[in-house]
Amino acid sequence: MILLFGMRWLRKAILRAAGLIPLHDEAAAFAKNTAAMRAANSSAPAKAASAFLIPDKLAFAASFHITMLEGAEVVFLVIALGAGGPLAPAAAGAALAALTVAALGLALHRPLARVPENTLKFIVGVLLSAFGTFWVGEGAAVAWPGSDLAILSLIALWLIVAAEMVAVTRARSTHPAVVG
Amino acid sequence: MPPHNNRPAPLRWLRAIALELYGLFVDDGLFAAAIVAWLALTLIAAHTHLSPRWRALALPAGLAAILIESLLRFTNARRK
Repeated sequence: MILLFGMRWLRKAILRAAGLIPLHDEAAAFAKNTAAMRAANSSAPAKAASAFLIPDKLAFAASFHITMLEGAEVVFLVIALGAGGPLAPAAAGAALAALTVAALGLALHRPLARVPENTLKFIVGVLLSAFGTFWVGEGAAVAWPGSDLAILSLIALWLIVAAEMVAVTRARSTHPAVVG
Repeated sequence: MPPHNNRPAPLRWLRAIALELYGLFVDDGLFAAAIVAWLALTLIAAHTHLSPRWRALALPAGLAAILIESLLRFTNARRK
């Protein structure tokens, strides 16, 4: 699971770094979605009875959708990382991250447009792929050279592969295919 | 109108949730399927006489090859 997740992130981060898919523009996405939600909200005012419980159904639905989706990712990661035993530290790390994000959200009240999202995803993709590879190997009784230190070699391997593939895919995308 | 729009709301919600969860793991179906297949082979190989050292080399090499193939396939599709 962690490997599928990590390699998917890494693949996407490589394609973004190579310019083959657009970088995620948090500010533009925020502006577009809030405009769409404001337009939808003004055309469908909330009923008085339900407005008491949930004053803004659209905002509630959007928040629930985002939190559920991102929360599911966190749950998968915590289970994957904690499955081997250290579930409590993994869950504590996730809880701390949730508190930090909530505090940042309350304090800033706007999208974190300056966070280098693709760089973060690139690094996380490398780490998840390396840890995922290591743990799959452990489960399959693979004899890693250097035992636990093999994780460092796997991180280096995924980093080299990813960096090389950014260059290769970027070069290939700028040279048109030869037809014939 | 697609047929699934006629389904009851709870079924549509479940379908949407299932699609969102599927999307967490899968962008490129062939890529995900290849990873699962390689992991299955790795687990099967654990019950063979193949050396654990060789399997330690084959596991990351195969996964890296799968990633490279998926990226090159994506690039080739964009060039056509």
